[in-house]
Amino acid sequence: MLDLDAVSSGYGETQVLYGLSLKAQQGRVLAVLGRNGAGKSTTLKTIMGLLPRRGGSITFEGRPIAARPFDIAQSGIAYVPETRDIFPSLTVRENLEIAARRFGGKGADWTLDRVVDLFPRLGERMRNGGAELSGGEQQMLAIARGLLMNPRLLILDEPTEGLAPIIVKLIHDKLMELKQAGLSMVLVEQNFGFATSLADDVVVVSKGQVVWSGSPAAIRADEAVQHRWLGV
Amino acid sequence: MTQDLSFWTLQTLNALQLSMLLFLLSIGLTVIFGLMHFVNLAHGALYALGAYIAATLAGTAGFWAAILLAPLGVALVGVVLYGGLIRRMRKSGPMAQVLVTFGLIFALLDLTRILWGDLALAMSMPAVLSGQVDLLGVSYPAYRLFIIVLGAAIFAALALVLARTQIGAMIRAGVDNDAMAACLGINVERLFFVVFCVGCALAGLAGAVAAPLLSVTPGMGLQILIPTLIVIVIGGLGSLKGAIAGSLIYGFVQTFGAVLAPQLASVLIYALLAAVLVIKPVGLFPAKG
Repeated sequence: MLDLDAVSSGYGETQVLYGLSLKAQQGRVLAVLGRNGAGKSTTLKTIMGLLPRRGGSITFEGRPIAARPFDIAQSGIAYVPETRDIFPSLTVRENLEIAARRFGGKGADWTLDRVVDLFPRLGERMRNGGAELSGGEQQMLAIARGLLMNPRLLILDEPTEGLAPIIVKLIHDKLMELKQAGLSMVLVEQNFGFATSLADDVVVVSKGQVVWSGSPAAIRADEAVQHRWLGV
Repeated sequence: MTQDLSFWTLQTLNALQLSMLLFLLSIGLTVIFGLMHFVNLAHGALYALGAYIAATLAGTAGFWAAILLAPLGVALVGVVLYGGLIRRMRKSGPMAQVLVTFGLIFALLDLTRILWGDLALAMSMPAVLSGQVDLLGVSYPAYRLFIIVLGAAIFAALALVLARTQIGAMIRAGVDNDAMAACLGINVERLFFVVFCVGCALAGLAGAVAAPLLSVTPGMGLQILIPTLIVIVIGGLGSLKGAIAGSLIYGFVQTFGAVLAPQLASVLIYALLAAVLVIKPVGLFPAKG
């Protein structure tokens, strides 16, 4: 459904991706693993149009992806960034409503009530400001906000980073629910156990290229790959 | 004189009147900057343009029509500026933006000279507002009171829109983080365009309501630019609260400085600006904490 072919990208003068290719399949979870600085977050930012693509092509559902983040979001991709990027000047409710605005109309799958069912904690925090949330709550809100866009593809950048184990477990269970409901996802993660237990497919990125791809079971069994590319 | 309560009342009203005028100018500039990190130095020239349009229309169409049409005319100029220049300058960095919009000041200045000449224009106020009003023991010009009420009403309206409406939430989200706002499917570019036009209209309105108080000259835009920039630097970029706080501080320091310590008046506001920059370099109420 999402196809990256020989994509090059980077920040300013610094090139990070060197002809990276990967495929995310409909209804499956693709985990993107790799060490710090390998180019995982850069890959997601390039997909979202937040970084300019210098080479290669990206197609989404068979069509070339739009250039601007606004159009890419409109085409059905929701992004949960590593920094969560909750709007501090907005309340929790406003953070959610702003995502539901365009995509949460009649007949939409995800509604405000449904994301609150998924993350009851957010229901208790509706009137709080975005700056008043704990890290775990911010992550829940970032995922809920993404879901309210009723995306066909959800891309998540290190959703477990900096969270307590109990929250990591909760996020894992919720993402598993979403996976079982058939939502397509691309998941960038440092947490090997978390990622391989959720994923259907795994790619490993190093120095801006995909260096390994296979199944979660295969990478769990292959200590040489883990050691060489992930430092596990 | 300073023991007299009416002195304080009178100067407070004068300070409020100056504050409200500055607020109308600074709110557009500061939100445009906060939303898109765009520096528009030509904002003052739009104020002058508002005054010219209003002064011209007032003679034929009357005061109220002039006050209504001048902001629309200036907003229209804003649309042209946006389409022709500003949209292309969005990603070109502050230095290029400052240079181009600074050049725009002179282009607009000469445009007003060509269209209206070098002589100062006068605009008369409507009969209902030309008298004095007795208020809290002082007799105060009704027209200045009208400016205070208008500024306060616009502040209230903007506060309501920003706090309670969806477009307000979108603007706040865009100021917080424009990249993430775009990733949620918000057309930040169009939002910026709308905010830019409203900012231009408010600058035009400020010029229009100021016209009967001042003589309308080509240089008035340049004169108001520095106070407006001081207001948004003191208040903090991007926020309504900063714009109103900065405007009130400037208005009161300037007005009371001029009557209580005339020899210090011209440096007082700069000293305050320097103090704010030392203690809180981002200003008092910046949109981004």
